[in-house]
Amino acid sequence: MKKTIGMTLAAIFAAAVTLLPAPGTSLSAAGRDYISIVGSSTVYPFSTVVAEQFGKTTKYKTPKIESTGSGGGLKLFCGGVGVVHPDITNSSRRIKPSEVELCTKNGVKEITEIKIGYDGIVIANSKKAQRIKVSRKDVFLALAKDIPSGVGESLIPNPHKTWKDVNPSLPNIKIEVLGPPPTSGTRDAFAELAMEGGCTTFGWIKDLEKKDGKKYKAICHGIREDGAYIEAGENDVLIVRKLEANPNALGVFGFSFLDQNADRVQGSIVDDVEPTFENIADGKYPVSRPLYFYVKKAHVGMIPGIKEYIGEFTSDKACGENGYLIDKGLIPMPAQEREKFRKDGKDLKDLSL
Amino acid sequence: MNRAELNSHEDRLQLIKSKLKWRYAKENIFRVSGIIAILLAVSMLAILFISIIGSGYTAFQQTFIRLDIKFDQDVIDPDNKKEPEALSQADYSALVKTALSKMFPDVSDRRERRDLYSIVSSGAAFELRDMIMGNPALIGTTQQVWFPADDDVDMYIKGHIQVEAEGSGRIKESTVQWINALTESKSLKKRFNTTLFTGGDSREPEIAGIWGAVVGSFYTMIVTLALSFPLGVATAVYLEEFAPKNIWTDIVEVNINNLAAVPSIVFGLLGLAVFLNFFGLPRSAPIVGGLVLTLMTLPTIIIASRASLLAVPPSIREGALGVGASRMQSVLHHVLPLALPGMLTGTIIGMARALGETAPLLMIGMVAFIVDIPTGVFDKATVLPVQIYLWADSPERAFVERTSATIMVLLAFLLIMNALAVILRKKFERRW
Repeated sequence: MKKTIGMTLAAIFAAAVTLLPAPGTSLSAAGRDYISIVGSSTVYPFSTVVAEQFGKTTKYKTPKIESTGSGGGLKLFCGGVGVVHPDITNSSRRIKPSEVELCTKNGVKEITEIKIGYDGIVIANSKKAQRIKVSRKDVFLALAKDIPSGVGESLIPNPHKTWKDVNPSLPNIKIEVLGPPPTSGTRDAFAELAMEGGCTTFGWIKDLEKKDGKKYKAICHGIREDGAYIEAGENDVLIVRKLEANPNALGVFGFSFLDQNADRVQGSIVDDVEPTFENIADGKYPVSRPLYFYVKKAHVGMIPGIKEYIGEFTSDKACGENGYLIDKGLIPMPAQEREKFRKDGKDLKDLSL
Repeated sequence: MNRAELNSHEDRLQLIKSKLKWRYAKENIFRVSGIIAILLAVSMLAILFISIIGSGYTAFQQTFIRLDIKFDQDVIDPDNKKEPEALSQADYSALVKTALSKMFPDVSDRRERRDLYSIVSSGAAFELRDMIMGNPALIGTTQQVWFPADDDVDMYIKGHIQVEAEGSGRIKESTVQWINALTESKSLKKRFNTTLFTGGDSREPEIAGIWGAVVGSFYTMIVTLALSFPLGVATAVYLEEFAPKNIWTDIVEVNINNLAAVPSIVFGLLGLAVFLNFFGLPRSAPIVGGLVLTLMTLPTIIIASRASLLAVPPSIREGALGVGASRMQSVLHHVLPLALPGMLTGTIIGMARALGETAPLLMIGMVAFIVDIPTGVFDKATVLPVQIYLWADSPERAFVERTSATIMVLLAFLLIMNALAVILRKKFERRW
């Protein structure tokens, strides 16, 4: 018995030792030979496809991509220059001046900004239910924490229980919206585009923007916390499943999930525009946002393949009108804009805010 | 009822008899509630298995489409250079498109053509490239090749998505006609999905596989085992056999027990701060994953090892010391071999826990999209549970069944490890 156990142990350690490379080789491996990418979970499905194509069609290794969220990605990206820091970060919003400052402080002085296309945020419900037709004002009145009372410039806590309360032309069903939590870029964009869009239909709130920006933001971006808006986590697949189970609920998520699940859910019509590919590309659909990635110029030349990766991402083959990213749900930019960012990528143009 | 009444033997017998029925009933209730508890647990497990297997078993098959590919010299190597560089750059998707157009010559509309080309996986071009790179003599010949079908076609064949009117679904009427034509000519069939086991991750479900994650898990586990087993056993032996009982060893003991209950994400944060930021080890590497999981499994191994050392009767030690062995000899020659089976069981169970862990790996960057199969412990890698997490989050419908299939593979690994622990214990365990 002793022998058997002894031999098993010896075998385990022999295996372990042979698999651990000699220390010398390991440290040289720390000089990374693949691109490291972090950032937005919205851009992740697109950048992974590009990375895969890039890895298969070029002599470079496939880049590694982590989905950390836009804010988390920029924090890592601005951590400094060197192989331990990522080379590229994806973002579903533009970089903020405070983040540029952080970057500069840590020695990341030159950044190139590339816009890759647009993403629509849809409000959808199950195909078993009727398609909903709302305006951004309805969305604001249904989901805001406080709404104008109608008397002067005062606010009351949102009293609306059903969509009919919001607007008599809407169906008499309980307001129940599943959406992303505050940490998500999708939520930021939803608040900014849908909620704020509805919020500014009230003249006095619009005037507030210049007078008291903080209060304006609190009114327009504040989402109610009494159970009508349900934070469903970052997993959009989950929201789609929940909508299927509950035909009365609405969900908020990215267009690519609507595109992939078109047989289960339907996008609500917002301000008389249906969230279709064409309407988002034309800019008719009001709730859409641009997607970006940022490149650390100091790493170009240090890590192999960065320029070629940018080239692949900005090529017509990827983000052009018939590109493979379009099949994955990306909304392309107009040809002129594409050309501009392709050139920016080629010249590694410095970011100017 | 007072004592006086119970005085006679008869009375007491009467009382016992009258209560007997109730006592039996109580015992039955107790037993039945035990059985109900077990049944509940088993049915939960059954529901879990049925739902996972039910949604995952289809992933082990994949729809393939047969095409007659003409390896056209003009397309692949027009200048007849025969250089690998030129061969790898050629437009292989054109070959697939030509083959499809030949099969359905009456498709002429641009949009329809696009739909037609998309019924075969976009990985087909890479497959052809690999064929030519492996054997350039194929240029100029015509070969029958089976390609994986696009994930939407695959989902349609498996009945996971239906055709919807007016092109609102993922599959259009025209595509269905092509699929029917292909099925009739026996050019479309389901086969075992080997890619799922041999491929790396991909964003195209039909060419995505778990091999990269399996290899990553393997490297991570090797690092964990190589570090945590010797460290854990040494700690346990010292604490149990040599350490004096004083306040310091008490503090160590309390801390070890405490660490066993710390949420695993905390170890991830620790790993980020210490291994990545301080020691500068590479992000997303199995070496760091292994180190972090070592921290997590160490307490489990130490506690199990101490328990099995404690189970060795003192007479063994005293016997050894009595015939003149030193303390070290008595431990190494007698106590440790007897305690090892228990230690191994604890180690395997600890490793099984580590194998299913994702939370600490999130912090050190192992939750990432990685296509290449890792080649060592310093290479970028991901692990099986992370693969499940990433696929569960993907919009493509075909990833749903692949997620469940991966869960099945992970469960199989866990089952094997736990069975191994039971077998080892049964085989080597000694009772005194």
